[in-house]
Formats: sequence, structure tokens, C-alpha cells
Amino acid sequence: MAVVRVQAENFDPGAEIAALGANGAGVGGIASFIGVVRSDARRPLLSLTLEHYPAMTLSAITDIAEQAEMRFSLCGCTVIHRYGTLLPGDRIVFVGAAAAHRRPALEATEFLIDWLKTRAPFWKKERLKDGDEEWVSALEVDDEAAARWGSG
Amino acid sequence: MAPLRIMYFAWLRERTGRASEDIPVPDGVQTVGDLMAWLRARDAGHQAAFINPRLVRAAVNQVFAGPDTALSPGDEVAFFPPVTGG
Repeated sequence: MAVVRVQAENFDPGAEIAALGANGAGVGGIASFIGVVRSDARRPLLSLTLEHYPAMTLSAITDIAEQAEMRFSLCGCTVIHRYGTLLPGDRIVFVGAAAAHRRPALEATEFLIDWLKTRAPFWKKERLKDGDEEWVSALEVDDEAAARWGSG
Repeated sequence: MAPLRIMYFAWLRERTGRASEDIPVPDGVQTVGDLMAWLRARDAGHQAAFINPRLVRAAVNQVFAGPDTALSPGDEVAFFPPVTGG
């Protein structure tokens, strides 16, 4: 069963990875990805605020996680996405997958983050140190990354 | 048609000046695309939000929807920019 959480609070990656490992004796590999708030030296960031569509977010992410479980025959997977105002260095997202072997665990992790970027209803607004505020634009490269997994 | 619940996120919320509104729409408004065109003509804020329809995405009852998606009375229709989570 996929574990999906949408929360303002931080999470403990070690605890999440340990929990993925507790998906039965058939687990042979666990992979994970953690997204972190980045500040650019040329455009120093004060904070990042994530807005989401609460009525839709959980079902959209659960759908993505269930697709991953089916496609890659996972023993388990976890997606945690934060919302609210975060600072440079703060964790934004955790995705992890447990499978019998390394390849499905690694591929499922990549699939999960690619699809989250294009199918989960979150929007990022940057507040820069120079006082500017702007909404982050979607990147074509993210659409391309998601598209290589096909539709579904 | 019975009122629709319309929701706005990110810069669409900022430009329309509201997070949501319940509004009855004329009978001619049958699809998401029709609704966008009708909303755009309402006032300056809506016009600014929908000025470039190619940058607007939609969901009907919490499921992503295209401009041809048909609307039913009481639907929840959300408008937002392309998502940028992860």
C-alpha cells in the first residue's frame, strides 16, 4: 500500500526509508529522492511558498503512487509533499520505493518525482532577498521528463 | 445552469482577487473553454487572469480537464497555472 502524506511539517528521511524496508521479506532494494529548497547565488532566495489544491492533492498523488506500484511491481512506496513557507535548505518532497530488485526501485523513484512535477496540483512562489516575488514557471524539460513514461 | 463553484490558484487567484466564487452561468456555457471565455469578459481582474488561455490549466471536480470537457450543474471547476510542485 502506498503511503501518501501532504503536510506543512518536516519529515525524517531515515524513518521513511526504514519504514519502506518493513514491507516484507521480499524487499531487496529501496531507493529514494528528496527535493530541497535551493537558493541561487545570482538570485538569492529568502523563502519559497508552496500553495496547493487541498481537495485534489491527496487523490492526485495517490493516483500517481498507485500507478508506480503497478508499473514497477513495488513492495511499497512513499510520497510526502510539504506545503506552506519553506526556507533554503528545507526539504520539500520525499519519494521512495521498495522493490525486489534495484532497477524497479530506482526507476519507480524517478517516475514518481517526474509525474509529481507535472501532475500534482502545487504551485511555488519565490521571495527573493532583493524584495522581488514571483511564481515559478513550469519547465518544458519537466514535461519531457514526465512524457517519457507515457500517459496513463 | 445551476451555480458552479469556481476556484482559482496561484496567480489566477491573485489576479481575480478571490480564491473561489459560486456563480450561475448562462446556458451557452457548456464546456471549460466556454467558461474561460465567459469569465474573461466579467471584469478587469478576470480578464488579466485569462489573458493568455495557453497558460491556464483546469480541473473539474478535482480531475484535470481540457477546454472541451463538458460542465454539469454544481461542478467544482478550478483554474490554475501549469503545476510546479516536486
